[in-house]
Amino acid sequence: MHADAFDRYYAADSFLHRLDPRVKVVTVVLFILSNALLPDGAWAAFGLTWIFLLAANSAARLGVDFTFRRSFVALPFALVAVSAIFSPSGQPLAHWTLGSFQLTPTDEGLIRFGSILLRTWLSVQAGLLLVAVTQFPDLIHALEHLRIPAVLTTIIAFLYRYLFVLTDEVLRLLRAREARSAALPGLKSGRTVFWRARVAGNMAGQLFLRSYERSDRIYNAMLARGYSGQMRTLRAHLITRRDGTFLAASIVALLFVQLIGRIG
Amino acid sequence: MHYSPAPLHIPDGFLNLIVALVFWALTALAVGLAISKTNRSLGEKQVPLMGIMAAFIFAAQMLNFPVAGGTSGHFLGGALAAIVLGPWAGILVMTAVIAVQGLLFQDGGLLAMGANIFNMGILTAVIGFGLYRGVSAARNKTLRLAAAGVGAWLSTVAAALLTALQLWISGTSSLKLVIPAMLGVHALIGLGETLVTVTALAFILQTRPDLLEFDKVAEKGGRGWILAGVLVSLAAVILSPLASANPDGLERVAGQMGFLQLGRRAPFQILPNYTLPLLGATPLSTVVAGAVGLLVVLGLVILLGSLLRRRGK
Repeated sequence: MHADAFDRYYAADSFLHRLDPRVKVVTVVLFILSNALLPDGAWAAFGLTWIFLLAANSAARLGVDFTFRRSFVALPFALVAVSAIFSPSGQPLAHWTLGSFQLTPTDEGLIRFGSILLRTWLSVQAGLLLVAVTQFPDLIHALEHLRIPAVLTTIIAFLYRYLFVLTDEVLRLLRAREARSAALPGLKSGRTVFWRARVAGNMAGQLFLRSYERSDRIYNAMLARGYSGQMRTLRAHLITRRDGTFLAASIVALLFVQLIGRIG
Repeated sequence: MHYSPAPLHIPDGFLNLIVALVFWALTALAVGLAISKTNRSLGEKQVPLMGIMAAFIFAAQMLNFPVAGGTSGHFLGGALAAIVLGPWAGILVMTAVIAVQGLLFQDGGLLAMGANIFNMGILTAVIGFGLYRGVSAARNKTLRLAAAGVGAWLSTVAAALLTALQLWISGTSSLKLVIPAMLGVHALIGLGETLVTVTALAFILQTRPDLLEFDKVAEKGGRGWILAGVLVSLAAVILSPLASANPDGLERVAGQMGFLQLGRRAPFQILPNYTLPLLGATPLSTVVAGAVGLLVVLGLVILLGSLLRRRGK
């Protein structure tokens, strides 16, 4: 497996790609915060937010529908919000009887449900765009600048660095299981669920030991190369005037969205 | 590479801002403590070890096993990480895993990340390690494995319970539907978690028993963890059937305690209904209230900016 198998970065030469990662992280957090602060049913403000998002998409030169096409990852979770439709307050719209359940969708509940979905859908797209225009090591470095403890960011950097190595390990374990599990077509192979879970457990234990011992080897190799508990980076992050202007413009845009959401 | 989202990661938009911030604060506190504790016990060696262990948990979540009808069991790993690495290191490892899942794969939101880390990293560490620590002195291997198994199941169920409660307080789901749904699904998922955790632990006990010697386990977390683990487990055990059997009762109690109003009320309602009491309910009042809110946000942003600039220099 290649080292960038998990990468979500899309290389392009655009304004957003060149922005300082810190500015990008702060803008995305403010964007998500702004979505959370918008009252339910502020459709105009949600629409405006989406327009900003589309503008950002095209500024990234990845295509206007770049994040839209990838934005449905959080959709399965929407199931838990479905019950918001049957909110006790508000005007009832209909009465359904499902077995012993009495379901009464209300207008307020419907507005709440739609708003939750929109907030999630917009926030997910901001996150998608962030990792598409920022290389992950830069993102972690930015988090460190933003006062996330260095221990944590370094652990995250390690996780990212070795994830594909351990995934290779997992794929080897899975291939070995496949190879052991011959099956005739149409016949059930393997034994009970318990037995299968135990096989998976043994694989997890095996994977743990291989990882644990690998971390020892990595640590020794790092010591040999002069590791002193500190990660160093060659890429310096500099905030330029352009970054400042972008941040200021985003803040003004988000404040405008909030104003529309409150008045409209 | 295929990556399938796990069912407990709350995306942004589902949690009320106050709930999200409260859990961010709790998580930041616990993670800060964990950092200082592991710094003392492991030193500089901790970082590569915990980094690889985080990658291990991430990769182990791909080890699915077919259950029935095309569905497959998954492994969350919080309890196993806490038992093998100790509770503090376990918390850091799970924090890193959930951070990457949220940042890179959009599996779980950024504002909701505090709650996600709390549910899947901290709660699971307290229950998983606490229960295991209670019997870690026992020579009987079966007893230790049984405690780990119970801890793994209970930590999954407790995480689901807390997730459901957070969604309910945020006004996203009605308690009547979310509690039985979440608990039912995760009582089953928890069984898979138990089997995988117990087998993996048995495997490690057989091949590297030195990692799980009593002295080592005791060094990673004191007796306080037993108390915390037992108390949290009891709370989960008592609350789960109570909440699923009588959600209306729970809702009523929470309402009486003023708990529900706190969650449902958004923070901008410091200015009630977006108006200033002084000016009455006039359009002018709404505009002024909006302006006050904007100024507060702007102040925060400027503060953040100056912090940033100082770091940049």
